[in-house]
Amino acid sequence: MAHTERRDAPGLPDFSLLKRLARDQLIFLLEQLPGKKDLFIDADLMSPLDRIANVTILKQHEVDKLYKVELKPIVSSSDQLCFLIRPRIQTVKWISDLVNSDKVAGRFRRYKIIFTPQKFYACETVLEEQGVYGDVTTDEWNFYILPLDDDILSLELPEFFRDNFLEGDQRWVTTAGSALHLLQSVYGSFSKVYGIGRCAKMVYESWRELMEEGEQRTRQPEFAKVFLIDRDVDFVTPLCSQVVYEGLVDDIFRIKCGSVEFGPDVTSSDKSIKVMLNSQDKVFDEIRNEHFSNVFGFLSQKAKNLQTAYDKRRGMDIQQMKAFVADELKGLKQEHRLLSLHIGASESMMKKKTKQDFQELLKTEHSLLEGFEIRECITHIEEHINRQVSMIDSLRLLCLLSITENGLLSKDYKSLKAQYLQSYGIEHLLTFANLRQLGLLEEQQAGETLTVMESKVGKLVTDKTVGKLTDAFSSLAKKSNFRALSKRLALVPKSGEEYDLRVPRDMAYVFSGAYIPLSCKLIEQVMERDGWTGLEEVARMLNGQEFAVTEARNKTDAQRIVLVMFLGGCTYSEISALQFLGKERGCRFIVVTTAITNSARTKSAYKNDF
Amino acid sequence: MSRAKPEDDEYWNSSKFKAFTFDDDDDEFSRLKESKRAVNSILVDDDEDEDDVERVSWSGEPVGSISWSVKETASSIRSGSEQSFPKIDTTPSLSKQGSGYSLSSLFKGNLYDLSPEETVRRMQKGREFSLEKFRSLQDKLLLLDEAVAVYDGNLITAVLIYLNKSLSKEILFRELMARDVALRHYVHYLKEMGEQKLLLNWLPLYFKQLMQYKEHLNIKDEGRRRDFLKSCLGLPFSQDDATHVQDHYTLLERQIIIEASDKKADAEIFKKFPRKASILNMPIITTLYYSCFYHYGESEGTFSSPSNIRKTFRISEKQYILTALGARAKLKSWFDVDSLFNTKNWLGYTKKRSPIGFHRVVDILQKNSAPVNVLQEYVNLIDDPDLKLSGALKYKCHDIVINTYRDLKDRQELVVYREKLERDSPEYRKIQDLLNNVQIRWKN
Repeated sequence: MAHTERRDAPGLPDFSLLKRLARDQLIFLLEQLPGKKDLFIDADLMSPLDRIANVTILKQHEVDKLYKVELKPIVSSSDQLCFLIRPRIQTVKWISDLVNSDKVAGRFRRYKIIFTPQKFYACETVLEEQGVYGDVTTDEWNFYILPLDDDILSLELPEFFRDNFLEGDQRWVTTAGSALHLLQSVYGSFSKVYGIGRCAKMVYESWRELMEEGEQRTRQPEFAKVFLIDRDVDFVTPLCSQVVYEGLVDDIFRIKCGSVEFGPDVTSSDKSIKVMLNSQDKVFDEIRNEHFSNVFGFLSQKAKNLQTAYDKRRGMDIQQMKAFVADELKGLKQEHRLLSLHIGASESMMKKKTKQDFQELLKTEHSLLEGFEIRECITHIEEHINRQVSMIDSLRLLCLLSITENGLLSKDYKSLKAQYLQSYGIEHLLTFANLRQLGLLEEQQAGETLTVMESKVGKLVTDKTVGKLTDAFSSLAKKSNFRALSKRLALVPKSGEEYDLRVPRDMAYVFSGAYIPLSCKLIEQVMERDGWTGLEEVARMLNGQEFAVTEARNKTDAQRIVLVMFLGGCTYSEISALQFLGKERGCRFIVVTTAITNSARTKSAYKNDF
Repeated sequence: MSRAKPEDDEYWNSSKFKAFTFDDDDDEFSRLKESKRAVNSILVDDDEDEDDVERVSWSGEPVGSISWSVKETASSIRSGSEQSFPKIDTTPSLSKQGSGYSLSSLFKGNLYDLSPEETVRRMQKGREFSLEKFRSLQDKLLLLDEAVAVYDGNLITAVLIYLNKSLSKEILFRELMARDVALRHYVHYLKEMGEQKLLLNWLPLYFKQLMQYKEHLNIKDEGRRRDFLKSCLGLPFSQDDATHVQDHYTLLERQIIIEASDKKADAEIFKKFPRKASILNMPIITTLYYSCFYHYGESEGTFSSPSNIRKTFRISEKQYILTALGARAKLKSWFDVDSLFNTKNWLGYTKKRSPIGFHRVVDILQKNSAPVNVLQEYVNLIDDPDLKLSGALKYKCHDIVINTYRDLKDRQELVVYREKLERDSPEYRKIQDLLNNVQIRWKN
């Protein structure tokens, strides 16, 4: 069932080392505050921390009680308080208030803030302004990368997207650069780096600085190539409904830090169960990259095999039975447990996804990607809004419409926006402003003719002037150019052709054969050409900022390991598509992402807030 | 650096601990010991981890996980006060912070001679630096541009914090207008610091109104919120947004009136279907639904009537029908449902028309468990023959199914369908009659 893998696919580096390094440093930092202490942890750090340490370890280093940071007054009798937080002004203000109220109460404690992955100057300024600088000691825990799986590394920074693309704050650029630097120092240098996007370029520069400072290692590199890509190069893919198993599980149950909580409807008991979803789970590993329509057949076959394995017990004598219990039973039971969970999950998803609504949703998405029957799509979106069903889906469809069509006609924009505000609340005016800022949901401007004009001008004047013109124009109207890109890169297979999802022929299978993720196609093309040659037009349509740099020239087996860094998040569907590509080409992709994302998460990043 | 033993050296190379940079270089030896101890403790833990089946607590969290433990603490707080008697301060109050910088602070004089490039470089490396010597506007801007040039948001903000303190806002904003990257960092910083007022004074118009409007979300009291929205009406929004903000104000104003009267209303409908929540701050369409549910048939003159809301907020016919249908079907007022679609032509005949597809109407009716005779009428009105047939099959509207197959002259399907029916039911007999009818020319 899983795609036949090429035998010569290279092995992967051992990323569990990163966890050990992070744990060592954390322990070191905790010991910097000797004695018993209470530890306050940022809510979104709890799961990542769980992946690398546990309570026993913390207790061994004299952590007495653990609390979640809730920005409320605290109840702690400890004389030493330690705060493990992301560098956020709001949290630091809260800590300053705590310290100041302790001072007023005449209470003496020692305070330590451990910022992760790094501290920001602005946070320290808050301590200074609040008059507690010096009362509070600060440290950095450089926990840059959490391995979610053998080939998925995450910075666990969902705010990267909003800070960078919406607010235009580059605070995480050096963080991403340091993460790459860490990988390089542990696993060896890279031979080639490609990238596209403004942030990608800056991250590369910041990484290069670190490289130049540090001593060079003469080790064999464990990766060959690195590809850096900004999320805003491809906004389309995270807007699509996911239909590959892992993506679907994420869309419906929300995978958090590589683990998911299945509710009673899945476990068919009154309890919820938390499970880790990674390659250790053999059942999951075989279905995670499969199109959902194949999963059921696979699971039922698996169940039959399991039955046969159990049945072997019949007619065994005592000795055989003993051996069976000792060697096989545990494994079988484990498999049994996992199998029943995934069957439960599939059933539950099936119930939700075979509904008429979902079918219509998919149909609209596919039409939009194809640029087919746009009027009907608009009518469907309108009805979706009118019925007040899922606010997020409505917004997702609107964005998809806008990006694929290079903005909405003014008449449509006004009417759809008005209906959206009527259905979901007028305060979403702010959401629309944010989406406009990001270029995700726009009204077509009079500047529509720009591209035409631009290309005409381009023929008349020298390249240099065109460059300047393009710059000026792109700030006026940054276009998605999706239709043209889709045509040039053949992202949407010709309609009418049958697509056998059981035997995928290209990466389009992750979207039921309707669309090849733009991000992944771009990576494929650049890898194939070993650079951007021949893709100049594509890069121009993606607003430029592409680069390719050769670092070293030693050819090893590692040449076939490619590290892809998504700046602003990536979806499980993209990871599946890259795995497919890797298997076809006999190479391995390792994904580093600032966070795992999906349409719901991207949407909530700019909801209502301005 | 003193790396005493060969095995220590080995550890350094194999674990690549150098990836991390700590500020204080002087204490490397003790760090080494720490790390060694840390590595040893890992081995112990690995043993514990061997059991691959996670132990899970009653709440579903793995026992011993951080999330589990935090919950445990939370519950123990509730159970009793743990305040202990405050201890006397015995440790020296002098802070140890910045001990790593102490050496470089001896050369403080030098820090003042550094160029913008050198200063930014020191900042990048986390060394001590001083910005105070950048006093002329030109120097300040050079410093800012240098921070922008190295792409480090943290440094850009650091320089901006200094400029914020040492330049008048007027000059600072004037200069930032020509520096987009720096401006955005500054705006973000002010937002995070909660400096709304400063922003509102200095930001370009477009951002300003929305930011002011956003403030309403922080006002809990509905009366004050309404007044605040009213104060937003004068802001120079774009034409469309001005309409929306006006709507927002009108909506809340009406909702407050409706809420006040419905809270103590004792009409039959409120007793039969008690309100589950207040109508305040609900979207327009939810308000319309509420009004169709509780205030149907009121005259247009009252604020709470559906027709008034429809008119005030320019709600499309399609949207209105959809919402009213939902509300009336929920109440099983099939008569009201009927009259929503009835139109009279000039001869006085009534005919059913709908701006939304009748298949959608059927969906909604079915979800509200409409009786078969009601469903049947609407299934019959579905335009698309395929949708009609599938609807009829799904909701067991036998007559429609039979007639459709008859019209299609599909004898085989009729035979199949007959088998699903109860013998001697009227439908069964109807099929029987059709099959016996020699005048029909079946296609199969």
